[in-house]
Amino acid sequence: DEGRLVDDEFLGELFAKLIRTDMGAGPAEELRDEVAKQYRGRKVQLNDVIESITEQTRTMLRQDEAPLNLGDPPSVILVVGVNGSGKTTSIGKVAHFLTTSGKKVVLGAGDTFRAAAVQQLTIWSERIGCDIVTGKQGADPASVAFQTVDKALQSGADVAIIDTAGRLQTQSNLMQELEKIRRVVEKKLGREPDEVLLVLDATAGQNALSQAKGFSEAAGCTGIVLAKLDGSARGGVILPIRRQFSLPVKFVGLGEGIEDIAKFDADSFAKALFAD
Amino acid sequence: MFDSLSEGLQSAFKSLRGKGKLTEGNMREGLDIVQRSLLEADVSYPVVQEFMGHVNERAMGKKVLLSLRPEEELVRIVHSELVSILGPVDPSIHLKKEGPTIIMLCGLQGSGKTTTCGKLSQLLKEQNITPTLVAADLQRPAAIEQLKVVGEQVGVPVYTEPDNKNPVEVCKNGVAKAKADGSRVVILDTAGRLAIDEELMGELQRIDNKVGPDQVYLVVDGMTGQDAVNSADAFNKALELDGVIMTKLDGDARGGALLSVKHVTGVPIKFIGTGEHLDALEPFRPEGMAGRILQM
Ligand SMILES: Nc1nc2c(ncn2[C@@H]2O[C@H](COP(=O)(O)OP(=O)(O)OP(=O)(O)O)[C@@H](O)[C@H]2O)c(=O)[nH]1
Ligand SMILES: Nc1nc2c(ncn2[C@@H]2O[C@H](COP(=O)(O)OP(=O)(O)OP(=O)(O)O)[C@@H](O)[C@H]2O)c(=O)[nH]1
Ligand SMILES: [K+]
Ligand SMILES: [Mg+2]
Ligand SMILES: [Mg+2]
Repeated sequence: DEGRLVDDEFLGELFAKLIRTDMGAGPAEELRDEVAKQYRGRKVQLNDVIESITEQTRTMLRQDEAPLNLGDPPSVILVVGVNGSGKTTSIGKVAHFLTTSGKKVVLGAGDTFRAAAVQQLTIWSERIGCDIVTGKQGADPASVAFQTVDKALQSGADVAIIDTAGRLQTQSNLMQELEKIRRVVEKKLGREPDEVLLVLDATAGQNALSQAKGFSEAAGCTGIVLAKLDGSARGGVILPIRRQFSLPVKFVGLGEGIEDIAKFDADSFAKALFAD
Repeated sequence: MFDSLSEGLQSAFKSLRGKGKLTEGNMREGLDIVQRSLLEADVSYPVVQEFMGHVNERAMGKKVLLSLRPEEELVRIVHSELVSILGPVDPSIHLKKEGPTIIMLCGLQGSGKTTTCGKLSQLLKEQNITPTLVAADLQRPAAIEQLKVVGEQVGVPVYTEPDNKNPVEVCKNGVAKAKADGSRVVILDTAGRLAIDEELMGELQRIDNKVGPDQVYLVVDGMTGQDAVNSADAFNKALELDGVIMTKLDGDARGGALLSVKHVTGVPIKFIGTGEHLDALEPFRPEGMAGRILQM
C-alpha cells in the first residue's frame, strides 16, 4: 500500500477529523495547512499523518505528574464553572480520590442558589464519609466558604473543597461574587487557595475558550477538570485553551459514579481525540 | 446591522476588488469566511458543508456577482438560508382535547431539563393550566428534591416515589395519578444520559413505549460543540422527538449546535432558555438565532 495522494480531498477529510474534536477552526486550519505544505502532491498514509498530529498533541499537553498542588494542610480547592458542567459531581469524585489516598477532606456547599444543590453535595459527603459545611438556601456563599476553611483549620483536615453555584462568565455580578469568595478564603487561610479548578463539560464547543478566559480572570484558575469525557464528545477545545491560557487539565470525568474519575493522561487523551 | 461577519467579508471583498472584477474564483474567499464563522459558532462540520452547498449555489448565481455590494448580498443570502433552515416557528405546546397531555423532557446530563420543567410549568400556569411534574430522575443525587423545590417555586404538584428504583413505573404511576386528579398536562423529568449509553437509552425507550408521551422534547445546552449531531440523532432515533429546547443562551455562546440539531432531527425548535430563573424561557425566533450564530 503506497498510501494516498495528498490533494484537496485528502486535506478535506483530515480537516473534518480535526474539526470533529472541537479544537476549533483556527487550530484545525493550521494543522491542515502544515500537512499540505509538507506533503501536497505526495503519497502518504492518512494514519501516519494522524499519528504525527497525535504526537504533537501529546507533547503539547504533557505536564507534571502531580494532578493537584497541595500546600500545607489544610489545602483549599475552589471549584468553579458554568451551569451544569459537572462541578458538584467532580467534587464528590475528587474528594473520594483524596480520601482513599488517606487524606481527611471537608466539603463546603458554596452553591446556596440552585434548587437542592446543598442536598446533592450532602449526599456525596455521605457516600464518601467526610465532613460537610452547609449554609441555608440563599445564604452568602462567601460566608459558607469562610466557615469551610475555618472548619478545616479547626478539625485538622488535609483538604477543603468548596463548591460554587454554576454561572455564566458573562454575568459580571456573579463573577464578582467568585472574586469575593476567593478573597475571603485567602484571608482566612493566610494564602491563596491551593487550586482553583475550572470544570468544563467535554461536550462544550468553542464557548469553553470564553469560559476559560472569564473564570481565570475572576477566580484565577489553576487547572481544569474535563467532565463527561465518557460520551462521544472529544473535548478538543482544551488544545486552544492550553495554548492561550496555559491551563493544565488535572482530571477527566468518566461517568456519574464515585470512581469515575482519572488523572489526566496526555497520551490516551490525544489518542482518543483523533480515533475513528 | 451585520457586524462581525460582514466586516470580515467587507475586507475580503475590498482586497478582491482591488484586483479587478469579482469572479466566481475569488468569490470563494468570501464563502470561506462564512464557513469559518459557522465553525466558530459550533455548527457541526457535515452540517456546515451541506449548508455551504446551498449558499454556494445561491451566491454563484448572478445576484451576488452583479450586486453593487457583494458582501452585503452574501450576508443576506447566508442569513436568509439560516432562517429558513431554523424555521418554521411553532412555540406552542400542543394540548389534547381529552385527557392529560404528556410531555417528556430528555437530554444529556446537565443540559437543563429539570429547570426547564419548571419553566414550562410557569408558562402553562400563565395559561391557567396547572401541570403535574413527575420526578423520573432516580439517578442524580437529590434530583427528586430539586424538582420538588422547582415545583414549589412555581406552585405545581410534583409526583415522587422516593423508594422506587424503576423510572418506567414512576412515570406510569405519575401519569395515572395526574389523570385521577384531572391534570391537563403531565411533564416527565427524566435523568440525564449519554446518547451512547445503550442501557439508559433503552430505559428511555421503555418509558416512551409504556407511557406514550404526546410530546418529547430534547433539551440541548447552548454551549454544545461538534458532537451535537451525534447525540441529537441518537435521541431522535430512539424516541422520535417532537421538539427541541436550547438552554443557557443568556451568555455569549453562539449556539450553532442548534443548526446541527435541527439538521439531523428536522423537528421544530420550541423555546430557548435565557437564565436560571423560571421565567427565563422565550419562544424561539429563527431571525434572532440566525443573527446570533453569525454574530451579527
Ligand atoms: N456521564 C457523565 N456525567 C457526569 C459527569 N460529571 C457529571 N455528570 C452529570 O452531569 C450532571 C450535572 O452535574 P453536576 O455535578 O450537578 O454539575 P454542576 O456543575 O455542579 O451543576 P450546577 O451546580 O447546576 O451548575 C449530573 O447529572 C451529573 O451526574 C461525567 O464525568 N460523566
Ligand atoms: N444560565 C442558565 N442556566 C440554566 C439555564 N437552564 C438551566 N440552567 C442551569 O443549568 C444547570 C443544570 O440545570 P438542570 O435543570 O439541573 O439540568 P438537568 O438537565 O436537569 O441536569 P441532570 O438532571 O443532572 O441531567 C443548573 O445550574 C440550572 O440552573 C438557562 O437557560 N440559563
Ligand atoms: K469521549
Ligand atoms: Mg453543582
Ligand atoms: Mg435534572
